[in-house]
Amino acid sequence: MIPRHNGGVNSPRQQWQKAFDESRLREGPFQTLSGIPLEPVYGPDDGEYPGQYPYARGPYASMYRSKLWTMRMFAGFGTAIDTNRRFKEIIKAGGDGLSTAFDMPTLLGLDSDDPMALGEVGRCGVAIDTLADMRDLFADIDLGRITTSMTINSPAAVMLAMFVAQAETAGVPRANLGGTLQNDILKEYQAQKEFVFPPRQSMRLVRDTVAFTAAEMPRWHSISISGYHIREAGSTAAEELAFTLANGFAYVELARQAGLPVDSFAPRLSFFFNAHIDFFEEIAKYRAARRIWARWLKDRYGATSERSMQLRFHTQTAGVSLTAQQPEVNIVRTAIEALAGVLGGTQSLHTNSMDEALALPTEKAARIALRTQQVIAYETNVAHVADPLGGSHFVEALTDEMERRAEEIFAKIDEMGRGSILEGCITGIEENWFQGRIADSAYELEQNFNRGERIVVGVNRFLEGNDDDDLAILKITNEDEAKQKQRLSKVRSDRNDAAVRDALDRLAKDAVDSEVNLMPALIDASLAYVTVGEMMNTMAGVFGRHVEVPTI
Amino acid sequence: MTRDSTPGSLRVLVAKVGLDGHDRGVKVVARLLRDAGIEVIYTGLFQTPETVAAAAVDEDVDVVGLSMLSGAHMTLAPLVVKAIRDRGSDIPVVLGGIVPSQDVEELAAGGIAAVLGPGAPADQVVEVVRKVAASRS
Repeated sequence: MIPRHNGGVNSPRQQWQKAFDESRLREGPFQTLSGIPLEPVYGPDDGEYPGQYPYARGPYASMYRSKLWTMRMFAGFGTAIDTNRRFKEIIKAGGDGLSTAFDMPTLLGLDSDDPMALGEVGRCGVAIDTLADMRDLFADIDLGRITTSMTINSPAAVMLAMFVAQAETAGVPRANLGGTLQNDILKEYQAQKEFVFPPRQSMRLVRDTVAFTAAEMPRWHSISISGYHIREAGSTAAEELAFTLANGFAYVELARQAGLPVDSFAPRLSFFFNAHIDFFEEIAKYRAARRIWARWLKDRYGATSERSMQLRFHTQTAGVSLTAQQPEVNIVRTAIEALAGVLGGTQSLHTNSMDEALALPTEKAARIALRTQQVIAYETNVAHVADPLGGSHFVEALTDEMERRAEEIFAKIDEMGRGSILEGCITGIEENWFQGRIADSAYELEQNFNRGERIVVGVNRFLEGNDDDDLAILKITNEDEAKQKQRLSKVRSDRNDAAVRDALDRLAKDAVDSEVNLMPALIDASLAYVTVGEMMNTMAGVFGRHVEVPTI
Repeated sequence: MTRDSTPGSLRVLVAKVGLDGHDRGVKVVARLLRDAGIEVIYTGLFQTPETVAAAAVDEDVDVVGLSMLSGAHMTLAPLVVKAIRDRGSDIPVVLGGIVPSQDVEELAAGGIAAVLGPGAPADQVVEVVRKVAASRS
């Protein structure tokens, strides 16, 4: 049948209507405050619609009419018991997804009693050394009902193994677990710098987690491909977009090399973007990201499943946009950034707390941050209509420009990798290309600020009130560090040493053979109370360690 | 370690100590100082108080600049000062990053010469480094 547009039965509008009618919807009324009824989306009959390739207007036909975004607040500090308490508060306050922040030693695969961990235990997140900590972290939380996101990269496979071990010990089968592992190692070398093993060996662990979850954990998102840290490290919006999607393509190539058909794992990839303060640029970035991903997955990687082509993403407001001066003003910045994420069609959102340029958030500051999302969700009515800015001459032009700039960067990466984005990403890391570009952009932005071209309220303009800085901030004492070390030493003395040795021997043996999937050995080691540090050191014995050449 | 030199100028070692990988600030500050005609040496990530002190003394720098954003400054920054003093050197240490003003007094007691908080403009960074270097002898 020849598609008839302009009102015909197969017009994009009518196709969208059909998909919308088949979607499960939440309760309305969907109208303005004054009672004007609102359609789920607006546009001409032959226009583009959400849920239709290439998805610039959103991955789903019904968008927030089916389900609002997940208010996923990132939390974690001190011991697992402290964080467990915070998790329960988040659930009680109406949050529906948990997000775990680990402390620096855990992120770098070190035990709490490692000399390098001094002063860092439980400080930026929760300390996890063994299965015992994982059990406390999720005590009395039904892991089959809530989704859990774990922000961890170098030791991601280890943490996933411990999570599976904990859930199954508590009676929840791995197939029922829903959540996300960040597991995006490429951006660690490019931006966040929490690396342990060299790039290629790290990518083997990524491959193992992707293959394992594709086979055994259908509800799990194996990689959250993260632009957030690239942006925080100083990139432009276009660089965030391009580097992040290029990393995504690299993981697709990696999994295809491992023999996985693209449609078997691509639906489980998700993204994580920054919401910076330039409102329209951010919205254009999200729209361009969806369009680019759909096109590349279809044209270059041969995806046929819609789920593979539909880019879904988490958003976090920009930590770097927050100021230590007049910190209450950060609530306003965060609200504007969060709104950009929502108008850009994010699937989940973390809003930063006003005190995060000073310290980790207090309970009150974190609550206000969640309340900010709730105001957007329940008071403003902005979620009634999908892609409300689609069709704006300005936003469409900016979306096109973001895409054009990203394509220029992909061409460069493809060239570095001689036709492979995977190789281009690894080469770009090894040659400090990504790191250099990010540092250049960061410096450029800083110079704009120093020249007074970029105004930051309370920092280089409008300083009155800067001295009233009496915000109560969270203090974490070294008691937590001592407590955690004590706990670890008790686990070490209570466990079966022979079982620990066996588990580590097997891990080392499996690590040598790059064809073996390491997940089963890591789960068994977790069950034997092997520590994170012991597993990571054993693998480092085989893989080696990455050292970055310092450049200014 | 990497350096960017302008002969005869002030020498500053900028350092990342501990596990904190946030290197945006340290690189921006390194370039700011360099553009102000100061010779800058960057240690790279994951240093210990000992390695920073050794580098500072070996390179005979005028100032050490620490960049800390993970909250470990109260533990680690005074240890860097101590490690430098244990080597018989009086090289001053400046701290920048996410440091709440409530911590400044205790840091001063721990031997930190100056604290540059979030949002410190370029000219202030350069001025503080020059002032701290000048106060040394």
